[in-house]
Amino acid sequence: MVSLNHYLFLSAILFAIGTTGVFLRRNMITVLLSIEIMLNAANLTIVAFGRDWGAVDGQIIVFFVVTVAAAEAAVGLAIVIALFRLRESLDPDAFTSLKW
Amino acid sequence: MGFELPLFYVFAAVAVVTSALVIGQRSPVYSVMLLIASFAALAGLYVLLDAPFVAVIQIIIYAGAILVLFLFVVMLLNAPKEAAPWERVAAGPRRAGAVLGVVLAGELAWALWHAALSREPAGGGQGMPAHAIDSVRAIGQVLYTDYAFAFEVTSLLILVAMVGAVVLAKRRV
Repeated sequence: MVSLNHYLFLSAILFAIGTTGVFLRRNMITVLLSIEIMLNAANLTIVAFGRDWGAVDGQIIVFFVVTVAAAEAAVGLAIVIALFRLRESLDPDAFTSLKW
Repeated sequence: MGFELPLFYVFAAVAVVTSALVIGQRSPVYSVMLLIASFAALAGLYVLLDAPFVAVIQIIIYAGAILVLFLFVVMLLNAPKEAAPWERVAAGPRRAGAVLGVVLAGELAWALWHAALSREPAGGGQGMPAHAIDSVRAIGQVLYTDYAFAFEVTSLLILVAMVGAVVLAKRRV
């Protein structure tokens, strides 16, 4: 039997990989992919706790997370397309007009 | 079930290695492909967790819809290959990112190590139906009764996201 801790460790590693990607990468699409990795690490935690708890609610929360991730991907990629059209670049450093 | 632990390690190794390669890869197309492999390994883990429904939506929605959308955008934009982080990012932010990632991993590992040492693997006995059909049936029953309002609000969210994406991607509104 695989214990809960195994899944929590794996989820922590995946979440750290996603966080590192957000900080290190300079490509907006890869940053969005890193966010997807982090969402999946959270999903894994929720499902593992749900199994441990013996409730089905964890899987339903994952269903909602996936829905929100789909909406986020649609809007985020539309923003990426609009920005690329504006500057011909995917580097977030090219879009610093809102920075002060 | 002696093969459950080896399977877990295989899926976990595939998920971690492919996720790390997603971050390490400079071509976005390969990143998306590797992330699909990572999500497939996660679907295997969901099967091990007695959650076949989540495994199936992981494959169909995540790998099948969301990542194909990513792939579509990557190919549509024809983005140039990103320069390596060590050439592109200033030393300060690069070190901060690496340090923060390592700190987060260490922090989470420490918390898990100290908080949950005494936990026994619960698994059977607490009422989670082990059979796949029962599991999906239970999800449906709870989803359309207790979570019916949230489910309906989800449709509104998708509508807003759809309208927002169309407005954002249009040249002139």
